[in-house]
Amino acid sequence: MIRINCPYCGERDHSEFSYGGDATINYPSLDASEKEWTEAIFFRKNIKGFQFETWHHSNGCRMWLVVERSTVTHEIKSVKPCHPDLQKVVENNK
Amino acid sequence: MTRRIDNYGKINRDKILSFRWDKKNYKGFEGDTLASALLANNIGIVGRSFKYHRPRGIFSSGVEESGALVTIGSKDRRDPNVRATTQELYNGLEASGQNAFPNVNFDLAGINNYLGRFFAAGFYYKTFMGIPPLEWGKGTAIWMFFEKFIRKAAGMGSASGLPDPDTYEHAHDFCDLIVVGSGPAGVAAAIEAAEKKLDVILVEQDSLIGGNQLAENDFDNSQIKNQLENLGIKIMTRTTAFGLYDNCVVGLLERVTDHISASNVNIPRQRFWTIRAKHIIVGAGAIERHIAFNNNDIPGVMTVNASKHYLNRYGVLTGKRIVIATNNDSVYETAHQLSEAGANVTVLDSRTNFEIETNKSFEIRKGYVPYNINGSKKIDSLDISKSETINKSETINCDQVLLSGGWSPAVHLLSHRGVKPKWDYNNACFLPSDTKENITMVGSSRGLWNKNDCIASGIAGTTDALNRLGISKTNYFFPKPGGWKNPIQPLYEVKYKKSRSKSFVDYQHDVTTDDVRLAHREGFISVEHLKRYTTLGMANDQGKMGNIIGLSLMAELLNKEIPEVGTTVFRPPYTPVSIGALSGRNVGKHFRPLRVTPMHQWNIDHGAKMIEVGLYQRPWYYPKENETLSDSYIREASTVRKTVGICDVTSLGKIAIQGPDSTEFLNRIYSNGFSKLQVGKARYGIMLRDDGIVMDDGTSWRLAENEYFMTTSTGEASKVMSWLEELLQTRWTDLNVNVTSVSEQWAGVSVAGPKSREVLNNCVDDSLVVTNNNLPFMGVTSTFLKGNIPCRIARISFSGELAFEVYVKSDFANTMMDLLWANAKKYDGCLYGLEALGALRVEKGHVTAAELDGRVTIDDAGLSKMASTKKSYIGSAMRKRGVLKNNDREILVGFFPTNLKETFNAGTIVCEKNNIKGQGIGRITSVTYSPELGHWIGLGFVKGGLDKWKDTNLVGADPVRNKQMNLKVVSPHMIDPKGERMYA
Repeated sequence: MIRINCPYCGERDHSEFSYGGDATINYPSLDASEKEWTEAIFFRKNIKGFQFETWHHSNGCRMWLVVERSTVTHEIKSVKPCHPDLQKVVENNK
Repeated sequence: MTRRIDNYGKINRDKILSFRWDKKNYKGFEGDTLASALLANNIGIVGRSFKYHRPRGIFSSGVEESGALVTIGSKDRRDPNVRATTQELYNGLEASGQNAFPNVNFDLAGINNYLGRFFAAGFYYKTFMGIPPLEWGKGTAIWMFFEKFIRKAAGMGSASGLPDPDTYEHAHDFCDLIVVGSGPAGVAAAIEAAEKKLDVILVEQDSLIGGNQLAENDFDNSQIKNQLENLGIKIMTRTTAFGLYDNCVVGLLERVTDHISASNVNIPRQRFWTIRAKHIIVGAGAIERHIAFNNNDIPGVMTVNASKHYLNRYGVLTGKRIVIATNNDSVYETAHQLSEAGANVTVLDSRTNFEIETNKSFEIRKGYVPYNINGSKKIDSLDISKSETINKSETINCDQVLLSGGWSPAVHLLSHRGVKPKWDYNNACFLPSDTKENITMVGSSRGLWNKNDCIASGIAGTTDALNRLGISKTNYFFPKPGGWKNPIQPLYEVKYKKSRSKSFVDYQHDVTTDDVRLAHREGFISVEHLKRYTTLGMANDQGKMGNIIGLSLMAELLNKEIPEVGTTVFRPPYTPVSIGALSGRNVGKHFRPLRVTPMHQWNIDHGAKMIEVGLYQRPWYYPKENETLSDSYIREASTVRKTVGICDVTSLGKIAIQGPDSTEFLNRIYSNGFSKLQVGKARYGIMLRDDGIVMDDGTSWRLAENEYFMTTSTGEASKVMSWLEELLQTRWTDLNVNVTSVSEQWAGVSVAGPKSREVLNNCVDDSLVVTNNNLPFMGVTSTFLKGNIPCRIARISFSGELAFEVYVKSDFANTMMDLLWANAKKYDGCLYGLEALGALRVEKGHVTAAELDGRVTIDDAGLSKMASTKKSYIGSAMRKRGVLKNNDREILVGFFPTNLKETFNAGTIVCEKNNIKGQGIGRITSVTYSPELGHWIGLGFVKGGLDKWKDTNLVGADPVRNKQMNLKVVSPHMIDPKGERMYA
């Protein structure tokens, strides 16, 4: 079982979280072309090793998190809030 | 006649237990297993084999058992395929043999033994290929024909088929170190760790701690137990570590009441533990293998170590004239003890050149191997052979043959983590490989054969754990694998020279050496294919005894070494886990959570029949007297159209949206414009997904400049909430908006019908607030119900009638219902449920989840006008992509049966006449009887939509219900298409 160290709630079982998806996508602006959106939505890397992915602490503080996780071993290197302002808060409280 | 002997064993002879085996009464002692009690009572045959129905006895004394699989208990407590070797005896235990008729002693299906060639490996796959020579019945038909016979003939015990009366629990715990196995290595590790102040759990699958020491005649575990307890170690006996998972999570199955007779409803039968540890030490021991030779399954064949267990733990001497066949040193202590206990013992050792110290109380035949057992239901004699030239050389009269083909370390748990074991030539076994995870293997599961090495490895294992946990930095070393004076000589099979041999590799599934050769001939040479084709290593025992033998045979056939052939991956569980334990308390009404609205009891008190919608209980219909569902919903829907009805809509998702950028936020997530929505107005909106498909619909009410109240559909409420949070936290982090789920905080009702304004008028404090001027269509107001109850009212209609949605804080739900219902009754109004709500919305052509199924675009749903062309929003770039702009997409339409007296069902496939096949040209998604139109109507989709088919007769095909009807396509807006009633 994966355990995720939520910056707000502490280390919790993954059953409290919902998986989001690739955290590295830069979603295009709403008026961007169909082609740009197609790239952003449908094309995914199939990474063997560490990847950045989003998780939602849906049964906790409801924060969206960027989790750096190995797809091979489930090892988690880092967890931080998706929102940059929340990231700063977490950094300042360290 | 008993095989129990005095002065042996650790059973309590003062406590006699009665039990039943195959409908006869027997006696055993406290401390017995069912297997030891059966052996003591001289019962040799305890089962019939899987395919050939050969008589089978007890092969082992532990979890690796593949012969003595029996059924325990009766009626709803019948538990099939229980290993008699691990089932503790209790007073009144009822057990019976399996897979036999009329019983295991005389089984009619024993004929299968002579039809062996039809039941060889893969025989059931071959039935697909027809019966030679003409391949009669090729295809699945012949399989279908034979399946029921094969299934009946080949199998194990059967389940009761009744609901399980026992309860099961899920439990969680955590610790610094969990030690699996209480042999010398595990105990040493646990003590060392506890002395170093670690919080330790020690797990043992047996009822007693000690591991294989329990087979020693001078072993007493009471001192060890005291020491462990004094150190504060949590000891869990009768508990199996069945699997290892990520992050040092261990799954345990604790058998709480399987060893006692009286079933107590207050105690769970089993507990399913999830243990989170910082480090895992596995000292799971090793399992002795048998040897494949002809008739090596006749009752009376057993592993050497098992016989030692039965003698020293249970006081049962399993044979009088015993032949031990071995290739290693581990058997000699047992041979000595058996002869001391009164048996006549002969040891056949396949090795010729070795030294062993004995007291000469038994004969050793160096360079001999077992060749063939004579006998059918019991052993009459054993043909032996010289190991150099395999052929029958002489015959020894005996009643028991004990086998030791070497030992296999229990690497299973490590294998669960994907760590492949490595082959050790010196010890002829797989040894655990190292892993970066916090798991350390100790004792004989790392190939250590003597006790001192095991103890040393336990201490080293804990030092390893302390180092990895950063508590210490101490050098340590593990003893080298092995420990016997003379090397083992690999011996897996003694080839029988005559044809038609039955040399079993895997007892459980009747896999013979010939089956492995057959698999090789037919090309199934990878171990994974071998396993699936022959079923070698499947079922209860998972090949704990036979796997290595199968691998060695395949290696020989391929002219390769065993490590080149590889090994199959062991997966959890180590031993079977009951379904009951997996589900725990999540059964019956606790299967999933139940959500109710704050007026749930009010609804029931007023006659509601409830229906599940997602997790929610919602009123389905409110029958009067003897009304059926359809009587009731037709009356309710008609009443709404005529006067007024009240419906609980609390289950809709409700989200508070606040902050200076709220309007901009809504304008981006909804397909239609929200930038110009005035304060005091609501708007229906559609949300698309990124890929342009409709996600959900709902309304948003502008309560103030920077505050909105959003409603979503019942089913998508939590998804929409997560989606809004995702957008605000990951994509649009510059937007200053706060979203809060308030679904539980507000209770909502719909008040619908021509008299709804009058009803509401009587219920609000200030009757002016609901006039047409003050509260026009889509108007919103925050006001008070009588009794000073704050409320929000919006003039929103799902039914197509003049209608309002009223929300109060959940605590006021019942008061609101009392108030509205008292006034609605004055106008001959009704309470209406989900069924009438559905009828009303289908008449109006309003879509719900039945239509918005994740495949439908905004244009498909006929809502093109809701897609703004003046702005960009989520999904706007993608909603016209590729196939989504095809002009033969299925478009929302209404359906009437051509013959208005006919009915149809949701799920009906719409086809053109004379072309009724496949997916047709459309489908019906929702149907209802329309009280207003007086016949059945439907909503659904058809390729090309209304324009293409409005004058064509189509066919509704409903092959599942064997129905077919003529249809015509109409506008989905079947009633009041201009919406005049809503605006009234």
